[in-house]
Order: sequence, then C-alpha cells, then structure tokens
Amino acid sequence: MRVERDVIYIIFASLLLMVIIPWSAGMLSEDIFFEWPFFFEVAIGGLLAGVMYSLVALGFVLIFKASGVFNFAQGAMVLFSALTLVGLNEMGLPMWLSIIATLIVMLILAIAIERVVLRSLVNQEHIILFMATIGIAYFLDGFGQTIWGSEVKLLDLGFSQNPDFYFGGLILINDFDLIAAGIAGVLVIALALFFQYTRIGRALRAVADDHQAALSVGIPLKHIWVIVWAVAGIVALVAGIMWGSKLGVQFSLALIALKALPVLILGGFTSVPGAIIGGLIIGAGEKLAEVFIAPMIGGGIEDWFAYMLALAFLVFRPQGLFGEKIIERV
Amino acid sequence: MFYREAGEFKASYQKDQAILPIRQDRWFIWAIIAIAFLVIPAVSSDYWLGTIMLPFLILALAALGLNVLTGYAGQLSLGTGGFMATGAFAAYKLATMFPGMHILFVLLFSGAITAGVGILFGIPSLRIKGFYLAVATLASQFFLIWMFNKFGWFTNYSASGVITAPQMTAIGDIMVTGAHATVTAKYLFALSIVTLLALITKNLVRSNIGREWMAVRDMDIAAEIIGIKMLPTKLKAFAYSSFLCGIAGALWAFVHTGSVEPLAFDVNRSFQILFMIIIGGLGSIMGAFLGAAFIVLLPIFLSNAPHWFGLNIAVDLISHIEAMVFGALIIFFLIVEPHGLARLWQITKEKLRLWPFPY
Repeated sequence: MRVERDVIYIIFASLLLMVIIPWSAGMLSEDIFFEWPFFFEVAIGGLLAGVMYSLVALGFVLIFKASGVFNFAQGAMVLFSALTLVGLNEMGLPMWLSIIATLIVMLILAIAIERVVLRSLVNQEHIILFMATIGIAYFLDGFGQTIWGSEVKLLDLGFSQNPDFYFGGLILINDFDLIAAGIAGVLVIALALFFQYTRIGRALRAVADDHQAALSVGIPLKHIWVIVWAVAGIVALVAGIMWGSKLGVQFSLALIALKALPVLILGGFTSVPGAIIGGLIIGAGEKLAEVFIAPMIGGGIEDWFAYMLALAFLVFRPQGLFGEKIIERV
Repeated sequence: MFYREAGEFKASYQKDQAILPIRQDRWFIWAIIAIAFLVIPAVSSDYWLGTIMLPFLILALAALGLNVLTGYAGQLSLGTGGFMATGAFAAYKLATMFPGMHILFVLLFSGAITAGVGILFGIPSLRIKGFYLAVATLASQFFLIWMFNKFGWFTNYSASGVITAPQMTAIGDIMVTGAHATVTAKYLFALSIVTLLALITKNLVRSNIGREWMAVRDMDIAAEIIGIKMLPTKLKAFAYSSFLCGIAGALWAFVHTGSVEPLAFDVNRSFQILFMIIIGGLGSIMGAFLGAAFIVLLPIFLSNAPHWFGLNIAVDLISHIEAMVFGALIIFFLIVEPHGLARLWQITKEKLRLWPFPY
C-alpha cells in the first residue's frame, strides 16, 4: 500500500498533539491527574477500544468499496447476528453450531437484501440507496427483537473480563480488550489474504475499482454483491460477538454504528487499513480527551468528540486519511 | 377533462410566471388552504388537532428546511434535530430574557440565531462533500444536544433540564402557548406560520438564489465554473435551512409540547425528517408536506392497526413489529417510486390532463 506523505505528516502531528495536550492540561489544571504510566494506560485502553470500533467500521468499508452503498444497516446487522447467535444458543444448540447457523442466516440475509433491495434499486442515486439501508436497519432491528425478544442477554464465551497488570505492574489493561484486539487483527489479516490471493477476492477488487470494467470482463456483479454483503455479515457477527460479550446483547448494540461512523470518515470510506488506523486514532483520542480534557468543559463529551476529531481531520483530507482521492470532472 | 391548461391565455409576464400557472391548480391550493383554516378546526376533535395536525405541520416545516438544504442545494445533512433544538432553546432564552417580546419576534430571532449556528456548521461543507459531509453534520447534532444538556444557562438552571414555554399571546389576548391556550388557537397559529414560510420558500427556490442552489446540487464544480460562488451559495442554503428548522424547533417546544428536553431532538428526529423528504420527494415543497403527513400518520396507523383487527399483542412486541413494518414500507416506497410522493402527484396530474382520452 502506498501512503502519501501528507498522511504520514497528519498522523505524526496528531500523535504529537495527543501527547502534548493531555500533558499540558495536566500541568495547567489542578483537577487533572497526569502521570506517564497513567497516560499510557489510558492511551492503550483507548487504542484497544478503537479496535472494537474498527470491527464495525470494517463492515461499512467492505460494502462501500464493492457497491458504493453507504450501508447504514451495519449496526443493525451486528445486533441481528448477535441476537440470532444468542437465541440459537439458548434454544440448546452448542456454541459452535449456533455460530455456523448464524453464518448461514447472515448468508441468507445477504441474498435477500441483494434480491429484494439492491436489484430493484440498481442505478439509483446514492442517497436513495442510503435511505434503503436505513429501511433495512429498521426492519432488522424490529425483526430481530420480534423473534428473539428485547431483554438483555448475556453472551459468555469464557473470556476473562478481569483487568491485569502489564509492563512490570505499571499499566492496568483489561484482558478481554486484548483478546478482542487479537481477534480483530486475525480478521483483518484473513480479509486481506482473502482479497489478495483468492479468485473471488480478485473479482471483488476489480468491482471496487470499476463496476463497468468488471462487468465487461465477465465478473457477475450480482454474485459479487451477495458475497460482499455476506462477508459484511460475517464481520458483523464477529463484531456482535465481541461487543455482545462486552456489553450484553441488547438494542444498544445497533447504536454502535454511530460510534463507527467517525472512524469511517476519518479512515476513508474505501480503505480497510483506514478503518483500522481510523479506529485506533478515534479510540485513543476519545479516551484521552475524556480523561484529560473533559473535566475542564463539563464532561460527557464521548457523544460528539469522535465526530469533531474526524471533522478536524477531514478539513485537511476531505476523503479521509486513506480514502481514494476524489477527482471530479465536468 | 377538468384539468387542462387549454384555453388559458396569459396576457402578461407576471401571469406567465405565477407560482401556479394553471387555474385548476390555483383553485385546488385555495381549497386546501380554506379547508385547513376553516373546515379542519371546525370538525376535528382536540385529539386530532393536537396530536396529529400540529406535529404534522411543525415537522413539515422542518422537512421544508431540510429539503432546501438536501433537496435543492444537494448538501446531505443529518443535523436537523440539532438545529431544531437550537431554535427551541434560543426561543426559550429570548422569551425568558425579554418577557414582553411578541411571539412572532421570538420565533423570528430564534430562527435567525439558528441560521447563525447553521452557517457555523455549514463551513466544512465547502471542503467536505457527499456522505463525508453527512457524517460530519452528525457532529453538529451530537454537539448541540450535548451543549443544551450540559450547560444550565440554556435551561435557566432548571434541575430536570426541561424547558417550559411561558404563556404568550399572538393577537389581542389569544393565548397560543402555555396551558391556557386552546388547541384550535395553537393549530391556527402554527398553520399561519407554516403557510407563510412555505410561500416564502417556494418563491425563494424560484429566484436566482434557488437556481444557484440547484446548480450546486447538480454539479458543484460545473456551477463554480459558470461563476457561482460556492461560499455564499452553500452558506445561504445552510442559513435558510437552519432558519426554517429553528422556527420548527421553537414551534415544537412552545406550541406543540409546551415543555421540551433536548432529547426530543436527538438523532432519531434527524432521521425522521430525512425520511420525510425522501418519501415525499427531494427538491419539492409539496413533497415536504406529503412526506411529513406520511411519516406522522404511518406510526399512528401501525400502532392502532392491531386493535382494529381485534388482535391483542404485547406493547413491546407491537413496537418491534412497527419498526419492522416501517422499515419494509420505506424500502417498498423507494423501490416503487424512488423520487417520492411528489413525483406520484406529478404523474397523476400528467395523466389527469389527458383523461379520459389518453391519446
């Protein structure tokens, strides 16, 4: 992957700011506690939380790359897959079987979305497709909760949720966050290999580059869309498992889509590495701001801080850090 | 047979450029206005006026505002709720700081304040486009709601964070806000304001400002090349759109609910209004009203439908099924007519012109 020079500058500048602003806040204000181990603890916690955001953002990127659809339903897909998994598990299926069954359900969902929605809305404006995905989101939220109920369910995969000390007892990190980051890493590598070295992956990259050219060399666009939505469904399932075991499986899972959106625009709609690096920057920035800046302006800033951060990046790079350069012709 | 322009001759440019050049259209609109002002208040119950017509009118005004920005100027925005909240809180601060101020001025100034906020959040649109902008406008949504929740100054340090509209009169001593106002007075007040603003908007989008907006929407690079300045054009769209949304928010807080908390204008409100303009039709004044009617009536219909069929379903299950049907209907509508109800209305008119001999 070729990285432009100004992207590297921007990332360096933001890293520098992330260190300097908390440090100076700690120096200037009496209320804010600042010590280096504590700073790194917060930063690492933020980075690991950011990985969780990336997991959701990945699903957005996959679909946007392959079909140009801004899939607002990704959050609903996360909720739906987690609900299905827990629901099947509660019906008595062993965990591995319910995961496979959920994967099949997500595949059927992908086929249904392609058949019913995408095929009927081919060649419509982007905003219409965007609205259609919001419709899908409403449908999935309602459908999942109609079938499986809306009470909070526990999803326990046996990961330890306890914090442990690392780096010689200086820094406290939640084990679960480390596991989640590891799984996200494996998922990204698997996706990268899939895209790079398989026939289908090549076809997906071709479609992402140019729909028409891909069609003209004989790549069936409809199958590709089904595959992409199914892969996004798998990513949603992984995100659903991780978020579900962290927060419990409940309606608020659908709202993490709103957490993933700033990650998405910061990294760029079309870039898988962008989703990861965007997630890291947003996660670390958000946590640092919450701890070191929020006390000065009243707290509770996690609702909007990620968006403002992403907005600040977009002013310098309107296409996001790793997005394709927007070239307009008259 | 009844609807045709044949035989109508225009003898002046003024007549040629009328908003509704066809006589039947004019009659139709006058009839609708007459029904809205005279018949509906006379025949409807307080329930209908208060819980259906008022929200419909106010949300239609907000949809009109968003339609100016998204439908005419092409800037996709998800920050409508934030702007409505700004209008509501600006109106509250104005009404409590200057108790003698007439409600029309309160609305006007709160709209103006919201327009200023809109310009502020519109500045990034000069560099950020498309879905990037849509997500970026969510920043304004979340930031504004957080601000009104966080700082007690906006709510005059009320403990619950809820603002309550003071009693205000419109003409003479007819109350339009507060507990003593009759629903009919509230309805007529909101209706007059919405009608007036719709008329102004219709004229604005026909003027050169509106044409500039549409040029920017269709292709902003090309518009820039033919000499349309991006900065003032886009910011004008943001300003006017937020002006309308601000007044809608102020009406919502003062006239409709009477007391409101910031959460009434959360991101779901923004999506609701976006739905209205997509279902109603982008870039159409009529569409904003049709879409608002549809989106306001649909949930009421959906939540009452099971009772009509004699089904008894648990309340939370109903709300899930409602969401499901709502989503499915949105998709259905987009598939059947992606250009919205306004387009259906236009097609009907085209057909009517030829009816009953369509050859």
